Amino acid sequence: MAQLNVTVNGETISRDIPESRTLAQFLRNDLGLTGTKIGCEEAECGICTVLVDGLPVDSCVYPVWKAQGKAITTIEGLAHGEELHPLQSNFIAHGAVQCGFCTPGLIMTSAALLDENGDPNEDEIKHALKDTFCRCTGYSSVMQAIKSAARERRGLPPLPVNDPHVDEPMDVISQSVPPQEVVAKVTGKAKYTDDYVFPGMLYARTLRSPYPHARILDIRTDKARALPGVQAVLTHEDVPAENLHGLVYRDWPVLCGDVVRYVGDAVAIVAADTEELAAMALSLIEVDYEPLPVVADPISAHRDDAPVLHPEHPTGNLLKHIKVRHGDIEQGFAEADVIVEHEYHTPTTEHAFLEPECAIGVPEGFPGHDKLTVYVGSQIPYQDRNQIAQAMGLPEERIRVIGTLIGGGFGGKEDIAGQIHVAMLANVTQRPVKMLYTRQESLIFHPKRHATIIRIKTGAKRDGTLTAVQAELYGDGGAYASLSDKVMTRATTHATGPYYLPNAKIDCYVMYTNNVPSGAFRGFGVTQSAFAVEQNMDMLAQALDIDPLEFRRMNAQKVGVTTATGQLLRESVGLLQTIDDVKRDMAGHHNGTGFRWAWTEGRKAYAWGIACAYKNTGLGGGAPDKSEAEVEAFDDGTIEVRSAAADMGQGIAHVVAQCAAEELHIPYNRVRVLLCDTDLTPNGGPTTASRQTFMTGNAARIAAGALREAITSSAAEMLDVSPDMIRYEEGLLRYNGSSVEIGSVVAWMRSHGLEPRTRHEYWAPPTQPLGSGGDMHFAFSYATQAALVEVDLDTGEIHVHKVVSSTDIGRAINPLMLQGQIEGGIVMALGNCLTESFIIEDGVPWTTLLARYKMPSIKHAPQIVSRLVEARASEGPYGAKGVGEIPSINTSPAIVNAIFNATGVRIYSLPVDQDALLLAMKRGEAEVHTAWHDVH
Amino acid sequence: MTILWEHYHTPKSIDETLELLTSYAGRARIIAGGTDLLVDMRATHEPAHEALVDITAIPELRTIRRDGDVFYIGAGVTHTQIVHSPELAAQATCLIESCGVVGGPQVRNVATLGGNVVHALPAGDGTVSLVALDAEAEVIHGGERRWLPIGELYRGPGLSLLDPTRDLLIQFRVRGTGSREATSFSRIMRPQGVALPILGCAVWVRLSEDRTHYESARACIAPTGPTPERTTVVEEALAGQPATAETIQAAIKIATEALHPRTSKYRATADYRKEMIGVLLGRTLTAAVERAQGG
Repeated sequence: MAQLNVTVNGETISRDIPESRTLAQFLRNDLGLTGTKIGCEEAECGICTVLVDGLPVDSCVYPVWKAQGKAITTIEGLAHGEELHPLQSNFIAHGAVQCGFCTPGLIMTSAALLDENGDPNEDEIKHALKDTFCRCTGYSSVMQAIKSAARERRGLPPLPVNDPHVDEPMDVISQSVPPQEVVAKVTGKAKYTDDYVFPGMLYARTLRSPYPHARILDIRTDKARALPGVQAVLTHEDVPAENLHGLVYRDWPVLCGDVVRYVGDAVAIVAADTEELAAMALSLIEVDYEPLPVVADPISAHRDDAPVLHPEHPTGNLLKHIKVRHGDIEQGFAEADVIVEHEYHTPTTEHAFLEPECAIGVPEGFPGHDKLTVYVGSQIPYQDRNQIAQAMGLPEERIRVIGTLIGGGFGGKEDIAGQIHVAMLANVTQRPVKMLYTRQESLIFHPKRHATIIRIKTGAKRDGTLTAVQAELYGDGGAYASLSDKVMTRATTHATGPYYLPNAKIDCYVMYTNNVPSGAFRGFGVTQSAFAVEQNMDMLAQALDIDPLEFRRMNAQKVGVTTATGQLLRESVGLLQTIDDVKRDMAGHHNGTGFRWAWTEGRKAYAWGIACAYKNTGLGGGAPDKSEAEVEAFDDGTIEVRSAAADMGQGIAHVVAQCAAEELHIPYNRVRVLLCDTDLTPNGGPTTASRQTFMTGNAARIAAGALREAITSSAAEMLDVSPDMIRYEEGLLRYNGSSVEIGSVVAWMRSHGLEPRTRHEYWAPPTQPLGSGGDMHFAFSYATQAALVEVDLDTGEIHVHKVVSSTDIGRAINPLMLQGQIEGGIVMALGNCLTESFIIEDGVPWTTLLARYKMPSIKHAPQIVSRLVEARASEGPYGAKGVGEIPSINTSPAIVNAIFNATGVRIYSLPVDQDALLLAMKRGEAEVHTAWHDVH
Repeated sequence: MTILWEHYHTPKSIDETLELLTSYAGRARIIAGGTDLLVDMRATHEPAHEALVDITAIPELRTIRRDGDVFYIGAGVTHTQIVHSPELAAQATCLIESCGVVGGPQVRNVATLGGNVVHALPAGDGTVSLVALDAEAEVIHGGERRWLPIGELYRGPGLSLLDPTRDLLIQFRVRGTGSREATSFSRIMRPQGVALPILGCAVWVRLSEDRTHYESARACIAPTGPTPERTTVVEEALAGQPATAETIQAAIKIATEALHPRTSKYRATADYRKEMIGVLLGRTLTAAVERAQGG
């Protein structure tokens, strides 16, 4: 301990603190300034940025004693009282805040830039922000917000907001209102799980397997238990009831007792008085392992002699064989004049949400908690509760899951992480217990995007008509099932692409291996199959000498087409319009100088590439899909919408608020939203499958409509007028030239024993399982994208300059925030194509640091032009369907198609390796079958 | 979070620093910016150091000083300080170019050139430029204070001559470029994986009085071996030759034949690196000659 003297946000502080602190720890733990977030502790992500004497630093690798005598500014110190800093107000205005977890870092880095350079250009902004990452926005809105803030600080008017065009805007629907809690997110007040502290709280850690496959011979915990300050050490023997969890198959041990199946499998958990003691306790647990042969990839997993990972699974390592059968492919290929057949490889990829997993368990009886409670930023709170209950052997009603703000998810926060562990530890210790994963632990632990091997053969007639597709997909499911079944089903059913294909035979084999489990990740399998489908499409177009856009146009799904799963498309198929939009915008880029697919300037080759996509909205496949929302009115004229529908930054909170405001004809700012508390909010179902706008949006819309009816009839009684004389206007009920505040009617209702509260459980239109024909899904979104790519002919370096996109989403509930979903999805998919691969060697992850996993920075972000097509879905709320995933599907094939058009080299494996690309160009080779991870 | 160190010292002088190291007798180590060190300490799960001794509060180590045409750069000088020095920009351009591409501003504001050198990565951006600038380093090594050519600080990948529990890097000195002289730096990265350059290259050239020929040149292309070294074959191929594209092509040919970069896992193949030798030499020599002719 020694005395630290610093100024923080203008306040002089002298504290005796341990000398081992970093600046981030000091700010968060000693001062409670939790606006500064910790994302990696590797100086990689930049979200912990604060200013020291005006200079931005990564506070996670900054020993606090370096700051002795200096002035520190954090996100909490940026606003002047209620008056936001121009960066804060412009981040809100331009839609640059989604999950909000990186927002403090982005704003602080930008604040330092603007203090140094009042009028930065785009290159200067990119240079300054290159190491401050955002996984949600795609950076376009961030760029716009910074430029606009700079103008305001120079006394100029702010930049206009890039609000996309929408059809038939309503009062609140299709208006770009600010998202919920956005002010808290830009001021550092927003609380994510790790920002919660309870009196007497313990800190927990997990001991994980270092082996990809091993038998556990013995676990000895006595030394760890004996360490003073350690309050609990638990193993498989301490799991109260079922030692298995899982969303589709319960095959994943809460704590492994006999066998570990991947590096990262949980073996023991500890809770101690401090984080340091918990870490020390882990090192004192002794586990004897007998290593077993490793199943390293899905092909070897399928061999007869492969070790079987889950003997109880009826089909051995074959987690599932998924089949699509449609028409007669033999006849289809016989009719084809041109057939292309190729094999494609996609890697395991990582969500890299910027908030690592965190959960806090609070025991029953702790002040304010009448049942065992788990705080967690999860995509599926009710299924968390169910899985905790199963493991704890308690009825679900005795457990409460409270969803906190989520710092990004993208599918990676659907599976159980620490939820069950903290429940067990809180129960045993009778104290609150926090389990925060380090970034490095998060990397090895949570389910990833499936690596796939896709062999696909496509045939077409000379006139351009597609005749048949045959495909075989192998998916690396990893050690546990997670959502593999559903994800790879989507990869399989979407392997026709968004086209009319009368004949299809598609087989997918999802395999158990000793790799990190695979699960949900934005795009949900379709990202992988589109990489293959859309390159085959370009090759067919080339062979037939048909323009690739026209070729897609000729075969595009439209109303009246039956898909390969036997679904007749009856409405809301906007694919053709998206193709036309993109064609127009590509031509527009050339400013009347004549469109060219490819050209060269000096040693740089440029080209456009295109790809189309479609993606189901909702669970589909016969799964019962429902969502429930509750809407309550208050005497002050405000409304609260409640649903356990997780908002991980994508914005379901503002979507349901907009639906309620529209139905009740009240201003948006009078609606607040309570999400994800299993005691206070009804089940909104999982945030997955691009389903929340459609599902919980509908539930909120219908519940709010019912509440309006109830208020109307009460008002009629209260005012003694006929209900049809009452009109709603901006929170007022008008009648006979007079008016009354909605809150007055609500007060009257309460005083007359009426509940101004309604609930609606919305059931999606029924769907059919794969193989039974009929409607497998109740809606599809469509998209076309074009990428303008530059390839350096000397180095093979690739830069995506521009992405032109058009997306059919039925209706944009919030155009600006929806555009943010599209921009963020495109940049995430750009990472999928060019930068990202989670590398595992014989079951052992190499990607154990964020420093080894590059996601796109602002320097990689292309200019994005995105248009919306609104082919209404009659069942969707105001015609809306899903948007979350569709933008992340066709960017990768658009980029590789562009690379081919620029260089003549076809890329069959991701992420694109500039090394292999250059050598192929030098050697005159037309194909690259290796990727970055093959360099060794 | 595991504790990485127990005590943290911020001595104000070199003598105080050495006294601290002596008193801890190997249980304390030097820290400068710490942006690499803390990450390494966390990644390798090393046992906690008893103490870190931070040299960045020593005033004389935090300055860039000029004496005639020689620049003295303290071991605690940050990348940002270097990048913002107009004199270095004019007279040690390659150093600005290399320090300017290290990390983002958050890292450059804290990370020091001295720390980068002691970290001893053979392709450290600043390192490559220091070698081409023929820099020297003042160190306290084995209790003795002396100047060494920069190359002597490198003993292997990640292995420095200096023992961070006993020795101290004090400062660098480089001669700024004069009339007819110029430098340039360039590197090749890949967008995946660890942010280490595939290849970096810095050159220093002095042209003849009429600025039509190379009088002499220095080059450093790395990594082409375990430590950064001058690429003498290039220097010899340029000396006395006309400052033309043909000469550059000839130097590239010689360098490509003479150098044997290796394949490093998840970074680059040897073949790709060979291609990049030519690209980087072409880019840096062209830029340096243009600067020298203009200046």
